[in-house]
Amino acid sequence: MPDTQTRTATVRIPTPLRSYTDGQATVEATGTTVSDVLSDLVQQYSDLQSNLYTEDGTLRQFVNIYVNDDDIRYLDGPDTAVEDGDEVSIVPSIAGG
Amino acid sequence: MITSPSVIQAIREHGADAYPEEGCGFLLGAVDENGTNRISRVRRVANRQTENRERRYEITPDDYRAAAEEAAGDGLDVVGFYHSHPDHPAEPSETDLAEATFPGYTYVIVSVDDGTSADLTAWSLAPDRSRFRPEEVRLVEATASGQ
Repeated sequence: MPDTQTRTATVRIPTPLRSYTDGQATVEATGTTVSDVLSDLVQQYSDLQSNLYTEDGTLRQFVNIYVNDDDIRYLDGPDTAVEDGDEVSIVPSIAGG
Repeated sequence: MITSPSVIQAIREHGADAYPEEGCGFLLGAVDENGTNRISRVRRVANRQTENRERRYEITPDDYRAAAEEAAGDGLDVVGFYHSHPDHPAEPSETDLAEATFPGYTYVIVSVDDGTSADLTAWSLAPDRSRFRPEEVRLVEATASGQ
């Protein structure tokens, strides 16, 4: 299978962002990397853009992305490959004082 | 937020147990048709901060996933978080605002004065992320779970 073939991933949406995905807890998005999948996601649901990204287009610091059970920080970051049927999860880290 | 007295009691008890450090955890429940977070129960989690736990708390994404998975088993979602403010008012700090996650989560803060829980407040982040807005705490005897 050529590496450029588009794959469909299931993206898991955290509770408060489901108001922007028609109430759906999971949505499908396509792409060969995490970066592509997230781009497709915000293209489908544009209100997610400002929730996930800062104005300069980087993922907000508290936003963590998992492919299946792995944090992409320990894989290839946004370039992490996505296979057909993978689950991509948007997971917040919480902190404060 | 809408919740039961037992949930409020559980948050207070955790705040007192964690004193003089900050205690933290998850609010589990559902979002109702009005967009209000209905909290059925709480889940304690370890404060993952490695230093200054009297003034800081941290919950890792792995902890979040574990809590969300457990909640899903009961038909619930993570709808917010709580933490305690030892010897400090129950209002969001500058750090709370700087580290805030998505608007829509309920953030409960309980102040703990000299080991005893005191004020308890709820907040949600404004959509423009500029500030926390107070959220009404409505108590009902039992919240519907599993919806």
